[in-house]
Amino acid sequence: MNTFAELTIVLIILLNMAMSVSGSLASCIRLAAAQGVAAGLLPLMAAGGAHGRAVAFAAFIIALKGLVFPWLMLRARELTGARKEIDPLIGYPASITLCLAAFAASAWLGSRLPLPEGGVAYIVPASLATIFTGFLLITTRVKAITQVVGYLVVENGVYIFGLALFVEQPLMVEMAILLDVFVAVFVMGIAIFHISREFDHIDTDALSQLSDWRRGEEG
Amino acid sequence: MAVVLIVLPLLSGAAAFLLRDDAARRRLLLWTAWLHFLLTAGRILAYGRWGWAYSVAEGFRETPFWLPGAWEWFSFDAPGLLFLGVTSLLFLGAAHYAAAYLAEEKRDPGEKGENGFIFNNAPEAVFSGCLLFFLSAMTGVAAARHLGLLWAAVEATTLLSAPLIYFHRHKRSLEATWKYLLICSVGIALALMGNLFMGAAGLRGGAGLHLDGLLAGAEGLDSQLLKAAFIFLFVGYGTKMGLAPFHTWLPDAHSEAPAVVSALLSGALLNCAFLGVLRAAQVCGAAGLADFSGGILVLFGLASLVTAALFMLGQRDYKRMLAYSSIEHMGILAIGAGLGGRALYGALLGAVGHSLTKAGLFFASGLVLAAYRTKQIKDVKGLLRRSPAVAALWLAGFLLITGTPPSGIFLAKFVILKEAVADGRWAVAGVYLFFLAVVFAAMAKIFIETTFGEPAQEPERRFEPPRAMVRPALFFFVLVAALGLRVPSWLDAVLNLAAGAIGGAR
Repeated sequence: MNTFAELTIVLIILLNMAMSVSGSLASCIRLAAAQGVAAGLLPLMAAGGAHGRAVAFAAFIIALKGLVFPWLMLRARELTGARKEIDPLIGYPASITLCLAAFAASAWLGSRLPLPEGGVAYIVPASLATIFTGFLLITTRVKAITQVVGYLVVENGVYIFGLALFVEQPLMVEMAILLDVFVAVFVMGIAIFHISREFDHIDTDALSQLSDWRRGEEG
Repeated sequence: MAVVLIVLPLLSGAAAFLLRDDAARRRLLLWTAWLHFLLTAGRILAYGRWGWAYSVAEGFRETPFWLPGAWEWFSFDAPGLLFLGVTSLLFLGAAHYAAAYLAEEKRDPGEKGENGFIFNNAPEAVFSGCLLFFLSAMTGVAAARHLGLLWAAVEATTLLSAPLIYFHRHKRSLEATWKYLLICSVGIALALMGNLFMGAAGLRGGAGLHLDGLLAGAEGLDSQLLKAAFIFLFVGYGTKMGLAPFHTWLPDAHSEAPAVVSALLSGALLNCAFLGVLRAAQVCGAAGLADFSGGILVLFGLASLVTAALFMLGQRDYKRMLAYSSIEHMGILAIGAGLGGRALYGALLGAVGHSLTKAGLFFASGLVLAAYRTKQIKDVKGLLRRSPAVAALWLAGFLLITGTPPSGIFLAKFVILKEAVADGRWAVAGVYLFFLAVVFAAMAKIFIETTFGEPAQEPERRFEPPRAMVRPALFFFVLVAALGLRVPSWLDAVLNLAAGAIGGAR
C-alpha cells in the first residue's frame, strides 16, 4: 500500500531538484504546482482508507495548488511581461549542489529527530528538503514571482511535514490556513503587478532603496 | 462576545468597500471603532469584576447556532483580553486620526511628494476596508484558543495590513510592502512548523493543539519536541514581532507607511505577535521548560535592545528612529517575559505603555511630516517655533517613551530591572541598563535637535495641525502618564491574572 506513497515521495524530491535547475519561469511555476498536487495526493495513499472528508479536502487542495495558483502566477507573469529566464544569483550547478546537500542534511536530521514512527519511508527528509528548496528559491532568485513560487514550495514542505508527524488539525484550522495561503498568493500577485508598473520590471534587486547602511544619500 | 467582536469589523470592512461616499465611510470607520471599543471595555470590566466565572457563563450563553463550538475556537482569557483592550483602544484613536487624515489627504493629495516622488494614494475605500479587516484579524489573534487558528489569524494580519503600507503609491512604499509581505509570510511559515512540532509533542497524550488541552496535558508532552516547537514558534512570531535579528522588515514598513498605519503596526500588531510568543512560552512553562524558553527570550530580547540602540545612533530618518525604538521595546518585553515572575507583570504593563505612547508618537510624526514634508532629521529644525502644539506632543512623547517618570513605561522598565537584580542576573541587568542609556542618549539628541535646532532658512509660516489629529496622541499620552502614577485596580487585576496565566520562568 505504501509503495505508491513512497514513489510520490521520490517524485517530490525529484521535483525539488528540477526546480533548483529550471531556467524558465513558466516551468518553475508548473513544477511547483505538480509538487503541490503530489503533496495533496499523499494523505489519500498514506492513510490507507480514503474516507469522504479526506477525499474532499484533498480534492480542494489539489484544485487550489494545481490549478488556481499556477493560473494566478502565470497570469501575473504575462501581465508583467516578465522575461522568460529566471536570473539566478548563483549558477545552476551551485543550485543543484545546494539542493542535494539540503537533502543529505535533511536525511541526517530526519533520522535524529525523535518523531513518531511513520509508515512512509523518507517522508520527513523529503519535507525538510522541500522547505530548504523553497528557501533556496526565495533567496537566490531575482524575480519577484520566483520568490512567490519559493513561498509556495515552503508551504508544500510544511504540509508534507504535517503529514509525516501525523498531526491532524481540525478541518476549520486547515481551511483557515489554506485561505491564508490563497490570500497570500493573491496579495503578492497584486504587489508584483504594482512592482512591474513602478519599476518596469520585477527584479527585486532594484528594491534596495531603504537601508540604514548608505551614507550621504537619501533614505 | 468574541465572535461578535471579530465579525463586527469584518462586516463594516465589507461595507466600507461598497460605500461610495467618502464622508459616510469615515463615519462608518468611527462608529465601528467606538462600538468595538465599548463592547471590549464592557467585557474587560466584567472580567475584572467577576473573573473567569463570567467567561464560563458567557460561553454557555453564547454559542451561535451557525457556528457550533465557537466558544472552543474563540474566547478570551486574561492575556487575550489585555491585548484586545490595547488593540481596541488604539484602533479608536487611530480611527479618529485616520478620518481627519483621509480628509486632509483628499483636500491636498500628491503634493507631499517627498524626495521627488509624486504619488497618488490608493483608493480610500481600500484603505478603510483594510483597516477594519485588520482590526478583525487582530481581534481574532487575541481571542484564538487553538494554536492553529492563532497562526491563521496572525498571518491574516500580515496580509490585510500589506495594502495599508502601500497607501502612498510610490516606489519606496512598494519596496517596504514587498519586504514586509515576504519576510513575514516566510517567517510565519516557520511558526506553522512550530505548531506541527507542538502537535507531535502531544501526540501520545492526545493533547492536540487546543490551548486548554495543551495546558492540561502539559506534563505528558515530549520535551524534546516541545523545545523544537518553541524554537520554531519563537522564530516565526519573533519575526513578526520585530525581534533582532529577524527585524529587517520593520524599519522599512514603519517608516514608509502612513503615520496612522505605523501607529497600528507598532502599537497593535507587534503586540499580537508577542501574544503568539507568550502562548508558546505559556505551554513551555506549564511543561516545566520555563528555564529553556526564558533563556531564549532573554537572549533575543537583549540582542534586540542592543541592535536597536546601535541603529538609533546616527539615525537620519525620524520615522525609522521610532521604528527602532519599537524594536527596543519588543526586546524589553521579551526580556521581561523571559525573566518571569514580577518581570512578566512589568512586560505586560510595558506592552500597554509602549502601544499607547508609540502610537501617539507616530501620530505626532505624521504631523511633523505634514509640517516639513520630509522625514530627514537634518531638514527638520525648530519645530517649537514652527508649530508649538506639535513640538509639545513630540517632546512629551519622547519623555514618555524613554521612561521618564511618571511614564507607565518607567514603571515597567523598573519592575523588570528589579526582577533581574533580585534573580541575581547581574549581566542581564547591566547590559539592559547600559543600552537603555544609549537609547536615551540617541533619542534625546534627535528630539532636541528637531525641536530646538536653528532652521537653515526662516520658516515660511506657522503650521497649524488639525485638532482631530492632535487629540488622539494627547489622550494617549495623558493615559500613559496616569498609568505611571496609579494602575487602576481592574487593570491591575487583569495584568496580574494575565501574568499568572502565562506563568513565566520559575
